[in-house]
Amino acid sequence: MLSLTHFMLLSGALFAIGVAGVFVNRRHALVLLMSLELILLAVNTNLIAASHYLQDIAGQAFALFVLTIAAAEIAIGLAIVVVVFRSRETIDAEDLSEVRG
Amino acid sequence: MAFQTLLFYLFGTVLLAAATAAVTLRNMVHAALSLILSFFTAAMLWMLLEAEFLSILLVLVYIGAVLVLFLFVVMMVERHTPTVHRRRNYRIVASAVAAVMVAELGMALLAPDFSPAAQPPPAPLEYSNTKALGSVLYTDYALAFEAAAVALLVAIVGAIALTLRVRPDHHRQNPARQSRVRKQDRLRLTDGRSEPPC
Repeated sequence: MLSLTHFMLLSGALFAIGVAGVFVNRRHALVLLMSLELILLAVNTNLIAASHYLQDIAGQAFALFVLTIAAAEIAIGLAIVVVVFRSRETIDAEDLSEVRG
Repeated sequence: MAFQTLLFYLFGTVLLAAATAAVTLRNMVHAALSLILSFFTAAMLWMLLEAEFLSILLVLVYIGAVLVLFLFVVMMVERHTPTVHRRRNYRIVASAVAAVMVAELGMALLAPDFSPAAQPPPAPLEYSNTKALGSVLYTDYALAFEAAAVALLVAIVGAIALTLRVRPDHHRQNPARQSRVRKQDRLRLTDGRSEPPC
């Protein structure tokens, strides 16, 4: 019998994989973006699971907005990666420290 | 019910394996393809949760457009930079953080006083998830819906403005100059006799 706990544990594990990906690949801008995508996917799965088990459609509406913002974020992120790659021929995130604060 | 449980474990395993592959594979194209697989499997899980509209949206719009765009950028960038790799090893920190997060979530979710609602009965046959979602989206969340549309517009304009390159040696159309052209600028009438080339 499937319960909300099953889905929440699964999306929690997915979230943890995304966070671990941010740590492992903190030099590579594209894999950082991929990890962010995974984190947002986990959040969306959680929202939809809660929406189903509580029989409240608002969770799905919220997941739709999260999806929209994630798409906008990835478009801007990829554009920034392309611009950085054009100007410096690298996308190593740790080499992009021009301003030393 | 048992079949649904089987599907859940099947998709869950594939999802976690593909997500792990997406963040650990060295070949960026393989990693992007694993990301696509994990999104597709998540869409199947959403289908299991009776969120049909969002599930199909994830496959059509997200995988079809966003992740394919991702694949394009990966192929464009990765061909020239094969040496971007993990120079320092953060694997231990990453595993520790992930393990702590999963343990905390597990403790919270498996605690005896966390009693989630039981599985609701399947929706009736004539129930339309798209209709239900649309009826709240255009009434209760109309303002948020418009704001999301504006956010997408800003993203489009921003992405184009960031990546647009104006090269001085490019031949481009100039509509203002095109529409200012008069007949005498382009057309020269002769009387039919041959004349020396100018």
